[in-house]
Amino acid sequence: MSETTTHIPDEKVRIGAPSIPGFTEEGENLSPINENDSSPLGGASAKAHSHGGGVGVPDSSRAGRLTSTNVEDFAKLTGREEDWRFTPLKRLKGLHSDELTGAAPKVELSGNDIATLTVVSSDDALNGVAHTPDDRVSANAWKYASQTQVVTIPKNAEGAKASVRITGESLAPAAQHLIIVAEENSEATVILDHVGSAVLAQNVEFDVHANARLTVVSLQAWEDDAVHASSQQALVAQGASFKHIAVSFGGDLVRVNPSARFIGERAEIELYGLYFADAGQHLEHRLFVDHAVANCKSNVLYKGALQGKDAHTVWVGDVLIQKEAVGTDSYEANRNLVLTDGARADSVPNLEIETGLIDGAGHASTTGRFDDEHLFYLMARGIDEKTARRLVVRGFLNEIVQQIGDEALQERLTDTIEEELAATDN
Amino acid sequence: MSTLEIKDLHVSIETEQGEKEILKGVTLTINTGETHAIMGPNGSGKSTLASTIAGHPRYTVTSGSIALDGEDVLEMSVDERAKAGLFLAMQYPVEVPGVTMTNFLRTAKTAIDGEAPKLRTWTKDVKEAMSKLKIDADFAGRNVNEGFSGGEKKRVEILQLELFKPKFAVLDETDSGLDVDALKIVSEGVNRAQDENNMGTLLITHYTRILRYIKPDFVHVFVDGRVAEQGGPELADRLEEEGYDRYLNVKA
Ligand SMILES: Nc1ncnc2c1ncn2[C@@H]1O[C@H](COP(=O)(O)OP(=O)(O)O)[C@@H](O)[C@H]1O
Ligand SMILES: [Mg+2]
Repeated sequence: MSETTTHIPDEKVRIGAPSIPGFTEEGENLSPINENDSSPLGGASAKAHSHGGGVGVPDSSRAGRLTSTNVEDFAKLTGREEDWRFTPLKRLKGLHSDELTGAAPKVELSGNDIATLTVVSSDDALNGVAHTPDDRVSANAWKYASQTQVVTIPKNAEGAKASVRITGESLAPAAQHLIIVAEENSEATVILDHVGSAVLAQNVEFDVHANARLTVVSLQAWEDDAVHASSQQALVAQGASFKHIAVSFGGDLVRVNPSARFIGERAEIELYGLYFADAGQHLEHRLFVDHAVANCKSNVLYKGALQGKDAHTVWVGDVLIQKEAVGTDSYEANRNLVLTDGARADSVPNLEIETGLIDGAGHASTTGRFDDEHLFYLMARGIDEKTARRLVVRGFLNEIVQQIGDEALQERLTDTIEEELAATDN
Repeated sequence: MSTLEIKDLHVSIETEQGEKEILKGVTLTINTGETHAIMGPNGSGKSTLASTIAGHPRYTVTSGSIALDGEDVLEMSVDERAKAGLFLAMQYPVEVPGVTMTNFLRTAKTAIDGEAPKLRTWTKDVKEAMSKLKIDADFAGRNVNEGFSGGEKKRVEILQLELFKPKFAVLDETDSGLDVDALKIVSEGVNRAQDENNMGTLLITHYTRILRYIKPDFVHVFVDGRVAEQGGPELADRLEEEGYDRYLNVKA
């Protein structure tokens, strides 16, 4: 089977067995420069760890990633960097190099009136509590975001629903900064609903206080011409649970980097994702779970479907279990379903474990192909080709859709999946 | 009454060594209500015939014809053949990821009938058919064939046969890999479909034991891509005693 559970932290396992019995094994489809992907486990690499806006020493361990709010600290991108090697920089429309002075997408809050939306200046103390840029685009967004929108879920709130509609109205490169604060013991679902056209570098902070339960859906439902690079970072306090679901299907280039760091024990992080890439689209998700304290639990599952010529998806899952993080329970998986020739799914799970005293840690990456035998079987039962594809994709992605827990949104996603399938049929 | 008519069928496949002819002129006529057993040694082309009738893209018909009540089956796409009333119970049913049995059965039934089945009666029909075939109720929620044992896959093929009610069913070694109990259960399912829908059956098998439960009207012995001999049920008895050596020797 495809799942592995690694209990002994001395080996990096990478697997490409089919997630789905009966699927042809595709394995990972990695770029030629993948050889550079060394991901040493533990040891010295962790010493370079840098918090709070300092300049860390970059090395190939995730812990050593340079973090800084100052864009000048990051070298100009060449595309050969570990964290940019899959991204077509030419299509970033200057987010990594230009002044991001375009109008930021409009932000509107709706929902059940429990959450509030306020605007603070970019030097307000709220900025940077949960987020420090860890790449050049994010730092560039930090520099140019002129104000920060703050959604606050008040203490002890129950059943808060906040739908944050983020509407892009221009293709001038822009920066945006959002903060979501889930106060102590609150319970909320926040939807970041990205629509319209934009060229946007974005930082989103999630400050999840003790015992809060926050579910976030970041929906990238952009028009075809949008370019979106989003760095979303969460700080998860004691006893809190943070569930993040990235859903990407619109836009020309979308790169969402959710990361979550434990700062208190007995907390839980779940990162889910669903993406559907059409012809020519580049959809990238790079996530990071940082087990920096003991006795926490994390689970990661991203599922993607690809269809059409030059549809390209990238998934990189970094999970770091630090020396202090004894009693950790962690699992990450990425499953891709390739529906047509000419599409490409890159998938790289990186699990770094610095202590042997954990409950469990494992990872899996599989890429399956919807092949002629599946199609033949369904068609031999009278089901036409379009419907057959639809059945399989819907079933495959449904596991993530079910995580969302907001009926209207689930329905919208189901409809979107149908539309995506219909669009490429022609 | 409907008729499935196969005439002088020649079929090739692409192999690494180039094109290879597997069916070398098969002629066969089946009417609804009739059961024809096709028996033959491994590699004689039985599955090739079955898959060609269903329209599997791997097989190329180089000459000959297949007609259903005069309609050219070879012109039809795979799903059109199913809608026209042909059903293939596969020797190796495929596991389909992400699609539950419930969803699959309903979608297929809707496609075949051209309209959605009435939900209430449909659910009841599925339940009943499953219980008659001793398929556990929780299979409904599982993905099509995923993780099913060989015998379970065969029973699920017959479940579909009973629910979809085809005019003609081709059963490709449905008996292989079944123990006696399962063989009985599966055979009863086929017999029910025949009785209730006046189905015509092309029963492909290597062994004679299934013929104890499903009585053939005609037996065709298949050797090297052709029908080498045909007759009534007594031919099966003879094969039981003598095996296929007689035909293979002739060939050699
Ligand atoms: N994909 C294939 N490549 C090469 N030879 C094949 C392939 N499929 C079938 N054959 C050959 O075609 C012949 C008929 O096979 P098949 O129809 O499966 O026979 P049967 O069902 O009677 O055992 C055999 O000789 C088999 O080896
Ligand atoms: Mg066979």
